[in-house]
Amino acid sequence: MTPDLAPDLAPDLECVDLVKRFGDTTAVDNVSFTVPPGSFFSILGPSGCGKTTIMRMIAGFLEPTSGDIRIKGGSVLDVAPNKRPVNMVFQHLALFPMMTIAENIGYGLRRRGLPKDQITRKVGEALERIGLPGIGGRKVDELSGGQKQRVAIARCMVLEPDVLLLDEPLGALDLKLREHMKVELKALQAAFDTTFVYITHDQSEALVMSDQIAVMNHGRFEQVGTGQDLYYRPDTPFVAGFIGDSNRWTGRVERTEGEAIEMRTDSGLVMRASGAGLKAGDRAEIFVRPESIRLASSAEALSVFDNRLQGTVTSILFNGAASRILVEDGVGETLEVTLPQSGEFAALKRGDAVHIGWGSVQGTCFGRIA
Amino acid sequence: MTRTILLTSTLLAGLAGAAQADTLRLLTWGGYAPDDVVEMFEEQTGHTVEVTKSNNEEMIAKLRATGGGGFDLAQPSQDRVMGPQMEFGIYKPIDVSKLNQDLFIPSMLEATMKNTTVNGDVYGVPHVWGTSGLVLNTAEAGDTVKDYTDLCDPAVAGKVSYRLKRPTLIGFAFAMGEDPFAAYGDEAKYKEIMEKVEAKLVECKANVKTYWGGGDELMNLLRSGEVTASMAWDTGGWKLNGDNADITFVAPTSGALGWIDTFVLPAKGQADDAAYAWINFVMQPEIAAKITASAGNFTASAGADEYAEEGLKAKYQASFPQEAIDNIKWYPPVPAGLESIEGEVLDRVQAAN
Amino acid sequence: MRAETRIGFILLLTPLVLWLGLLIVIPHIDMALISLRERISFGVYEPSLAQYEKALTEPLYLRTFGRTAVMSVLATAITLLVAFPVAYYIAKMAKGRLQQVLFLLCLIPFYVSELVRTFGWMILLRETGLISSLMQWVGLADQPVEMLYNDAAMMVGLVYTSMLFMVVPLVTTLESLDDSVIEAGYDLGGNGWSVLREIIIPHAMPGVVSGCIVVFMLSLGNYLTPTMLGGKDSLWFTEMIYNQFIVRSNWELGAAFGFMLLVLSSAIVWGMLRLTGRTLQETMG
Repeated sequence: MTPDLAPDLAPDLECVDLVKRFGDTTAVDNVSFTVPPGSFFSILGPSGCGKTTIMRMIAGFLEPTSGDIRIKGGSVLDVAPNKRPVNMVFQHLALFPMMTIAENIGYGLRRRGLPKDQITRKVGEALERIGLPGIGGRKVDELSGGQKQRVAIARCMVLEPDVLLLDEPLGALDLKLREHMKVELKALQAAFDTTFVYITHDQSEALVMSDQIAVMNHGRFEQVGTGQDLYYRPDTPFVAGFIGDSNRWTGRVERTEGEAIEMRTDSGLVMRASGAGLKAGDRAEIFVRPESIRLASSAEALSVFDNRLQGTVTSILFNGAASRILVEDGVGETLEVTLPQSGEFAALKRGDAVHIGWGSVQGTCFGRIA
Repeated sequence: MTRTILLTSTLLAGLAGAAQADTLRLLTWGGYAPDDVVEMFEEQTGHTVEVTKSNNEEMIAKLRATGGGGFDLAQPSQDRVMGPQMEFGIYKPIDVSKLNQDLFIPSMLEATMKNTTVNGDVYGVPHVWGTSGLVLNTAEAGDTVKDYTDLCDPAVAGKVSYRLKRPTLIGFAFAMGEDPFAAYGDEAKYKEIMEKVEAKLVECKANVKTYWGGGDELMNLLRSGEVTASMAWDTGGWKLNGDNADITFVAPTSGALGWIDTFVLPAKGQADDAAYAWINFVMQPEIAAKITASAGNFTASAGADEYAEEGLKAKYQASFPQEAIDNIKWYPPVPAGLESIEGEVLDRVQAAN
Repeated sequence: MRAETRIGFILLLTPLVLWLGLLIVIPHIDMALISLRERISFGVYEPSLAQYEKALTEPLYLRTFGRTAVMSVLATAITLLVAFPVAYYIAKMAKGRLQQVLFLLCLIPFYVSELVRTFGWMILLRETGLISSLMQWVGLADQPVEMLYNDAAMMVGLVYTSMLFMVVPLVTTLESLDDSVIEAGYDLGGNGWSVLREIIIPHAMPGVVSGCIVVFMLSLGNYLTPTMLGGKDSLWFTEMIYNQFIVRSNWELGAAFGFMLLVLSSAIVWGMLRLTGRTLQETMG
């Protein structure tokens, strides 16, 4: 849209009206976004949503049906993958098993025809940078999962790409290492000061690392924003359901007053929530996060809230700081409620009667089609 | 345990029993034991016949490998009986009294017995005989090719084929005016003749389309017209004559080479009685005529001519006027040692450029 | 318990030992003994090295020996060049059913015997054959063209016979190469040639080496194809062995030839492994 922009000011990566069709199916449906220099941009979505297709188009392995991809302001559609200033960390890393670590990292530099001594120096620096000096002579399969991860990134970073693409690179790691690598990836991104475009179906990876997250579903971007935006201010029911956990009710809107809404759920409860663009009679859905629901032993303690329910504890899900309980309300629905760690409810057990409540602003309401 | 022993002994008994029931394991040439003859024989005698088709070299190699075992009756050519017997002892003497000698053409029986006698014992009796000479497409090569050496004539360049086997060496030697059979006893002389033949064959090589290996291959070459003149057996020429009247067998001017395939008993044969019975059976004129019809060649059976097919007789007479019959060179027994001389000649010819 | 394990072990080992012993080791010892003797007269033999001396001094034998080796190496190289793109297509480009169908197509020639296959080539290549007639009909030739009975025809036959044995190990190794590794090669700046040279070929090397060994052995030991397609100038070493054993009844020289062939094939296989820096275990395992 702004091809005249000076290169310095242009975004590192810009996709404009990107469309990709495979036969009758549209994998990517008119997606546009810009990634500012030096930022960590994630595309988050369930498998099959089209996020890998976008990434492969940016890398050059797929050609868009229509639309444009610009890097530093210039279109790269006619640039072959081996000439694009973009590199990719593959899902299974795709390190070259027939080469040593140093050969792996030096591969791209050799392709560029750099003199040998420079390659050796740059490879050494890169290994230093990822905290693995002196492993250049080793074979790929002698490395641990996390080490391979870092080597895969270093292999791209020695080429100093404008954009680094990462295709769920943490998927193959075990949980503990994955948690650790999230932090490390973010640190590496800061150290290299390069734009990262990160693809994942794991919301926690996206939320922890990203400056910006695009939530993708059925080939479209549902919402682009910071983690906080997506978590607290979802634009669509998909985003509300996909990011974090929610208790949900569907029903029919009975009354609206500006953003405030009163809805009767299909189970017969009346609930207040907030939502835009709805009118009485609309089918709608309310999302309430477990941590937004207050727990109390008496109804009086909850009098400040618009929504109040009474129920019995059916299960206690202890998970340290993230412990929750399951509460069955009067009409037989089960709600997930965060268990406060203040010690007040330490003695809570199955079968106990509890009161729960939440304010109308904590319930997000979206209209449902049909 | 007892069961196993019982089972094993039953099996062994079964095997031994089968051998005693006289299975005749016949090692012979294609066409020499046609199915209808085998059936008649089995019906009349109760023996069973297992036929293995082969050629001279393989017959001897097979018998040599087993020291004369695995077969009860074999049919090498008469020139291949004496040498291998002296060298490897793979045959056993034939008791001629067990044969009905009246069934044989006397001169042929006598000649064969003489040629296959080692240390006073007779090892072979005649069965099928024939000649090798030239098979020509008379319309295209009839005027050029009269003798083996004419195969090297530029007029038939690229349209010629022969085998790289000893009959070719012998045939060329005769055509070049030598008498290799007379030199059989004189190794130096024989070597000299073979060297001359070698030079001729090397010179002739450019004329040759390919050296044929099997009868079918030659038939295809001649039938398709890719080859118009070749060294071959008489029956091959007569067979092709049925398809194309221009192609026929011609006795070369230096004389066709005559061979006789014999009956011999392998040293470790286990069914001699069945073998004698088979010989006596197939030498009957009517049966011999059936074998002639199947193999295409005449047999040493006296009086079988009467039963032979008229067409074949006509072809035979066309190929062999009386002077050609008189001129047939019959192979004498091959003395040991000559084959290695010939072998080296053949190798060098094949490798020559 | 331990005794039982031992018995089980022995039972499992027996077929292998019998097979190796009865069919390979003992005949070879016998062959070795035969090759080390010389015929003096009827049925009299003496130990001697005369056969090897003859085999190694007669230029004809040496030439045939060398020719067979060179042609087999050439046939192996051509087979590799032809089979690699085929294997790559089957392993990496073809998907699903097509892949299976292509694989089957490679197998189909082996549904008929080698003899029939060779005759098939003869029907195609001969002067009055299909290709020659077609060329005349199209107007590419004004007289029958003979394509049979030369080294090229023999090479075609050898390559055709060996294709499958090269394609199968190549497909297997190429299939095990992750597509993303190839993509990574391009992504990091490689072009088609450098990706092939630095990534695909090194990965396929075990398949290349084992395929080459099998094809080389098959070509070296082939008898029918060189004899039938090769024509009058094509003496193949196996034919010489056959001639010595069967036609000449000269088992002594034939056995010596056999051992020379064994040494030659072992030497070339060893050389191939050395050249590619692999061990036999790596290649076969």
